Amino acid sequence: MDAPITNKQSQTHYKPKGNKKPLTVGLSYKKELRERLYALVFLGPSLLILTIFVFFPMLRTLYLSFFLTNSVGKPTVFIGLQNYFSLLTSTAYLHSLQATFIYVIAVSCLTLVLGLLLAQTASQKIRGISFFRTVFSGTMGVSVSVAAIFWLFMFNPSVGLLDQLANLFHLPVINWLTQPGWAMTAVVISTVWMNLGFTFLIFFGALQSVPTTFYEAAQIEGVSKRYQFFHITLPMISPTLFFVSIITLIESFKSFGLIDLMTAGGPDNATNLLVYRIYQDAFLSGNYGLASTESVILALMIAFFTFIQFKVLEKRVNY
Amino acid sequence: MNKNITGPNFQRLGQLFVLILLALFILIPFLLGFWTSLLPTADISKGSLWSSHISLDNYYTAITQTPIIRYLFNSLVISFFTMAAQLLFCSMSAYAFVFLEFKGRNTLFYVFLATMMLPFEAEVIPNFVTVRNMGLLNHYAVMIIPFLTSAFGTFMLRQSFLQIPGELKEASEIEGLSHWRFYASVVMPYSRISLFTLAAYSFLASWNQYLWPMLTTFSDDFRPVQDGLRQLQSQESFNNWGMIQASAAIVVIPTLIVLFIGQHYFKSGLNEGAVK
Repeated sequence: MDAPITNKQSQTHYKPKGNKKPLTVGLSYKKELRERLYALVFLGPSLLILTIFVFFPMLRTLYLSFFLTNSVGKPTVFIGLQNYFSLLTSTAYLHSLQATFIYVIAVSCLTLVLGLLLAQTASQKIRGISFFRTVFSGTMGVSVSVAAIFWLFMFNPSVGLLDQLANLFHLPVINWLTQPGWAMTAVVISTVWMNLGFTFLIFFGALQSVPTTFYEAAQIEGVSKRYQFFHITLPMISPTLFFVSIITLIESFKSFGLIDLMTAGGPDNATNLLVYRIYQDAFLSGNYGLASTESVILALMIAFFTFIQFKVLEKRVNY
Repeated sequence: MNKNITGPNFQRLGQLFVLILLALFILIPFLLGFWTSLLPTADISKGSLWSSHISLDNYYTAITQTPIIRYLFNSLVISFFTMAAQLLFCSMSAYAFVFLEFKGRNTLFYVFLATMMLPFEAEVIPNFVTVRNMGLLNHYAVMIIPFLTSAFGTFMLRQSFLQIPGELKEASEIEGLSHWRFYASVVMPYSRISLFTLAAYSFLASWNQYLWPMLTTFSDDFRPVQDGLRQLQSQESFNNWGMIQASAAIVVIPTLIVLFIGQHYFKSGLNEGAVK
């Protein structure tokens, strides 16, 4: 299963120019017209959908961010960059930005480290390891609301397991979801838990595709396991590592479901991340102009990280 | 000599310890959830995780007294149509980018790529207004139409189509195959692994949608399962833990079964996508 994948990896270099076939050399005018007609038919549906639900809304969001809006989202007064200024000087928004960064960094780091640890341990040849592999990939089948229900129960102060354990060992009982710092911790733990299945699967596949001859050679040389990990494994899987880190980063910037179900942005706005704030400002307070401005800022940040991903993937992470 | 024997053994034990610890972290929320779904809520709310009345009563209550099965059905319909549409439209646009020659092809492709940078979450406000004006609110269509195609899917399939040997295309030209025939009888079968990956990806992505259905559906007739669980959970708040855990189990068990059956294909497919 693994050999063909490695093969494919080497074939799929990012080629923005398309495949080069000497197809067009002798195209007659009639044929050119026909090709164009085909292009229209083949691309038409996708273009139409993307125009209505991606291109137009982007421009519209940008446009709305320069306006005051009424209760149904129609722009009323042009105010230029006023929305941007008021956001960037609002302590609540800056606080939200800070919380988002903390959340994104914590989730990304923990997901990567734990995912790699899971994949590394599951790659060992121990009896019954396939059971663990199945378990480790398990959270991939868990959707956001199921994860939230599981963890709400874990963190529940009166019936939850964590506080029952704390009681048992005479540790202080933590009100996980009602104390600002702990609420953030709880949301981070739940997100990481939910991410692990997917991350594990990808890392596990990547580890399998590292040629075993490298490790055999290292073993003969008497190189320690730790050295092997940092000097063979990590460099070999660097493209996957990079892919997963960017995906995790982007996904955590967009986190909404778990926040809504577990804390609703609280307590005291401690977990009021960017997307949740957009939702509140637009759909609960009806402040569409301001929410559009927040959307533009979010889009810029995500575009920035996606752009980096493309740039690096284009060159391919080297080993 | 002695050290040489005990050394690896200690390491073995250490590995096993780490394995079990990690497995517990992943399993406990599942197991606790399933376990409590079998207990009477009265016992759970007393903080007791043991009871003499272990039964499937909570499942019976969930199925008969909540629309959980309807939610599952709704999600299935929405995810299935989204998946089918994405397979069709993404493969068609990918085909155009690889096998059709037309002016502005590369520019258009870059435009497609650029849309991958725009998060749907940042565009919900105008999109909400659009679907409201189209009269789509609170219907299956509102959760399908915006996701009929995706730039990501197009990109992924394009990468896969690029691997199709040029000779095949040339041979089809000589045979006089039309673009439709070539697309349907050569390109699609050739790229079935990537198509399978996209199918799984788009199905799961649609299944896991949360914000969009929450904004656009208001009735149980069309509410998908994520939003449905949210509804149950907020209505019952912290009262009926047994039944809520049973509903969660009803939702998660089919996905887990499908996941374990499809794992082999899924694993290879995802890795294929991972390096592009």
